[in-house]
Amino acid sequence: MEKDTSLSNKADEFLQVFRKGEEFTKDLLKENEKLRFRIAQLEESLQRSGDEARTKLYEDRIHLMEDEINSLRERFRQVEEENKDFASKYIEVEEENNNLANLYVASYQLHSTLDFSEVLRIVLEIIINLIGAEKFAILLIDDKTNELIPVSTEGMAVSEAPRVKIGDGLIGNVAKEGESFFADDMTGVTGINPLEPIVCIPLKIKEHVIGVISIYKLLMQKERFNNVDYELFNLLAGHAATAIFSSRLYTQSERKLTTIQSFLDLLKEKPRK
Amino acid sequence: MPNILVVEDSPTMRQLISFAIKRIPSSHVIEATDGVDALKKLSSEKIDLILADINMPVMDGLKLVSLVRGNPAYKDIPIIIVTTEGAEEDRKRALSIGANAYLPKPIQTQQLLKLVSTFLPT
Repeated sequence: MEKDTSLSNKADEFLQVFRKGEEFTKDLLKENEKLRFRIAQLEESLQRSGDEARTKLYEDRIHLMEDEINSLRERFRQVEEENKDFASKYIEVEEENNNLANLYVASYQLHSTLDFSEVLRIVLEIIINLIGAEKFAILLIDDKTNELIPVSTEGMAVSEAPRVKIGDGLIGNVAKEGESFFADDMTGVTGINPLEPIVCIPLKIKEHVIGVISIYKLLMQKERFNNVDYELFNLLAGHAATAIFSSRLYTQSERKLTTIQSFLDLLKEKPRK
Repeated sequence: MPNILVVEDSPTMRQLISFAIKRIPSSHVIEATDGVDALKKLSSEKIDLILADINMPVMDGLKLVSLVRGNPAYKDIPIIIVTTEGAEEDRKRALSIGANAYLPKPIQTQQLLKLVSTFLPT
């Protein structure tokens, strides 16, 4: 009987210990669950804070890139402006180059001969083809009469061109002053007055005027002179003046030489008779 | 190397055009003084483009255009007319008989070079 009681007490004790163990295990499990939950919370918060930091970093980068894009856009705009500037300068240089080339060829042609009529023909060709004139006259000063005498014309007869006293009217004044004349309106010229050209350019060697070029009508497709034409025409007139002057002088001296030679030949022949 | 035939009776104009065209890389200029001279050059050289004036002695530019177009050996050669004749009817006439382009004088070098380049073989 006593044995039974002691066994029963031991079993109760064991059960109690077991129950305590069970409760302890349950507590441990609860605690474990709490800890897991806490860890999960911490991990989540850690991840969130990491995302925020990354977002901040990305935002900063975006701002930097936006600034960079804006600065690149500004630079691009500047380069585009510079490019436009260079392009227009290139066109200007190209035009200048073309005009220089034309001037070179024209002056080369003008100085390629000492034949007076050949030089006049070249001057005519240049005025037609480079300046675009349809009706014009070349008048040279006759030192004996102090008059401008027409020596060559295009689009009109030489007899139609005027003889003008130096200082008389528009043409005479250009010869006297040595200053070019350009009419404001070069279009719509129907009736031609030989004394009133639309353009009159002095043929000058330094400050010495030897004649003028009087233009009465431009080619129908040439409506007006542009800046380059004024420059080119003045330069060409300078070359034309030198070429005309030297060829005229050469032709005159050739003629004189022939006369003198003939005279000398005559003198040599006389004693033989 | 494209051969360009410049047909022009005025030596100054011929030289001006030739001088300008020589600036086109690897181009070669052959000069003729009128239509008859141009036909001689066409028979002796391979020509890729013709630039011709209208008013010329012996044979004018329009006659040259019709002869070139009527000859099977040359009919496909492009022809640019460069002339002082600026009237619309002159332009239409030149184009109707077979010219490819019409450029009135005074010539603008850039315009001339641009036009020449469009007709040169690539």
